[in-house]
Amino acid sequence: MAIREAEPLGSLSEVREAGLDREDLLGIYRNMLVTRGIEERGHILYKQGKIPGSFYTGRGNEASSVGVATALGPDDVGTPLHRDMGVHVTRGVEPWRIFAQYMGRYDGPTHGRDGNVHMADANLGLIAMVSHLPAMLPVAVGCALAFRIRGQDRVAVGWYGEGASARGDTHEAMNFAGVRRLPVVFVCDNNQWAYSTPTHLEYACEHLADRAQGYGFDGVVVDGTDVLAVYREAKRAIEKARNGGGPTLIESLTLRMEGHAVHDDAFYVPKEMFEQWAKSDPIERFRTWLQEHAELTGDEEDGITAGVKKLLNDALSRAEESPLPDPAKLTEGVFATQEDLDTPHHK
Amino acid sequence: MSEKTYLQAISDGLREEMRRDQRVFVIGEDVGVYGGAFKVTLGFQEEFGAWRVIDAPLSETAIVGGCTGAAIMGMRPVAEMQFADFISCAWDQLVTVAAKQRWRAGTPVPITVRLPSGGGFSGGPFHSQNPESSFAHIPGLKVICPATPEDAKGLLASAIQDPNPCLYFEHKHLYRRIKAEVPDERYETPFGKARVHQEGDDLTVITWGAMVYTAEEAAAQLDGDGVSVEILDLRTLIPWDKQAVLESARKTSKVLVLHEDTHTGGFGGEIAATIAEEAFEDLDAPVKRITAPDSPVPFSPPLEKAFIPQVDDVVAGLRDLAEY
Repeated sequence: MAIREAEPLGSLSEVREAGLDREDLLGIYRNMLVTRGIEERGHILYKQGKIPGSFYTGRGNEASSVGVATALGPDDVGTPLHRDMGVHVTRGVEPWRIFAQYMGRYDGPTHGRDGNVHMADANLGLIAMVSHLPAMLPVAVGCALAFRIRGQDRVAVGWYGEGASARGDTHEAMNFAGVRRLPVVFVCDNNQWAYSTPTHLEYACEHLADRAQGYGFDGVVVDGTDVLAVYREAKRAIEKARNGGGPTLIESLTLRMEGHAVHDDAFYVPKEMFEQWAKSDPIERFRTWLQEHAELTGDEEDGITAGVKKLLNDALSRAEESPLPDPAKLTEGVFATQEDLDTPHHK
Repeated sequence: MSEKTYLQAISDGLREEMRRDQRVFVIGEDVGVYGGAFKVTLGFQEEFGAWRVIDAPLSETAIVGGCTGAAIMGMRPVAEMQFADFISCAWDQLVTVAAKQRWRAGTPVPITVRLPSGGGFSGGPFHSQNPESSFAHIPGLKVICPATPEDAKGLLASAIQDPNPCLYFEHKHLYRRIKAEVPDERYETPFGKARVHQEGDDLTVITWGAMVYTAEEAAAQLDGDGVSVEILDLRTLIPWDKQAVLESARKTSKVLVLHEDTHTGGFGGEIAATIAEEAFEDLDAPVKRITAPDSPVPFSPPLEKAFIPQVDDVVAGLRDLAEY
């Protein structure tokens, strides 16, 4: 029950044991590139004045988000937050729809009604986040409750951050999940800064994963820049939950490599901290691993990079053609109709 | 038809939905073994098991948030707040998550939250409130306030089958006091359709919940004066039956809006404003409001009596209107 610090994954054979073949590994690499690529292009769009409001990225969190999402089964569900673009990408959202969402266009998943990463495609098993971040944890627990009531072997994953850990929703969600041993995995993206607030002003324990013990389940701390380690811990936790073993709290340690949002230069983060964490950039790190352990060739790497570039360029063009939403339809759909329940989940 | 208390009608309606629809489950504090603080779910756990009648920890946020997740996964959860007052702890889940999810993300949230509300028993500031107008102000939530046993059963069935978050305010002062005939078969009472509690020609009272009976007693006294009072029971505030309100206002030309909730920002203001906007020419007197005053609900009996609108207050208001 005590908290555990996850080991890194060393060899290709260990990775195979964890359930990934070489194609999967290249897929993970590609998803991490797409994730960062979407947010880098978003940044440019913002500076071009094409994104209204503010703009948030998850730079530094690509391994964590992609690693956990890769471990999900097709019928599993989750409530990813604003640093978790990699979850949407891994579950298969089309990047052009994300750009449309950024720009407030009709073809974004929320049709311009909400912005940023406040979106999700329910058909991909994801539920759209709200700004009150830990509010999504009870919702994830509720998904797990539905699976438990129906006796399904499905799992829900709820994401939160070390900032959100300070709110009561987090406690209520974890306590209820622990009491009922529900099939849910809590993933804490601990990126060490909640806007300008450092960890020592958010919590007084050594690791947030320590709290799992108080809720009666396991906690583990994993290096959130190591995609394979994240994947292995997520896979263990998800399969444990699926097999009736109850919840797990995974604390994925990273650094938020940019400001809270695009307007914030993060002057309050010590320069040395950025420099230190830049050395373990999740994408660089995984590329090196692939070269050393999975014989990633220069040609393969160039092929993947070119494919991602084309995907995102095409996506951007398509998104820019998407119309703006029609103000005359503003109040449509405030209330749902019975027909709206015709989704893969509500049935 | 059988004669039933308001409480029995709620209980029967809920049990019937659980029997016919496997997606329906109940969750709340003390709803299982104990049968609920007011015994609405007495015997439910024996019939449906501990995973369909779920005793939750003292966690309103987890209860309502959990219902939201389960609903999105295809269930039809019914949450019980032990007292309507405790819904403040789950405000965020209702207002931030459930109410907006269909509109912004295309994900409907078909949940029902049962809210034992209202005063009259020295429950004090935290066991007596009528917070319906706070939620009526939030786009995306439906607000249901049954007054009769027949409506209590039919509106609950409608709420559970409705694809939206529904707040079902069940007035505690009606639980065992009000008995009436209730159809034995299953039926749904539609939302947004007011009920004429009694017909009249001279004055209209627009109200809901327990105040329907306060209005009835007051109207009986006006009978002696030869003044005939129409009482309109809105049944649901969101959606509310604007057409029926305007029709009755045009018919009698004098309207009193009555509610147990406090005055400022109460739903009566919305009704009065709508009548002023759309039936001004038909009025023979200003629209009158009788409500609780703008204070927390008090504990001590004389204070509570001064807080909750009494029959005498309504009689006086109606006489003022009649003489205008």
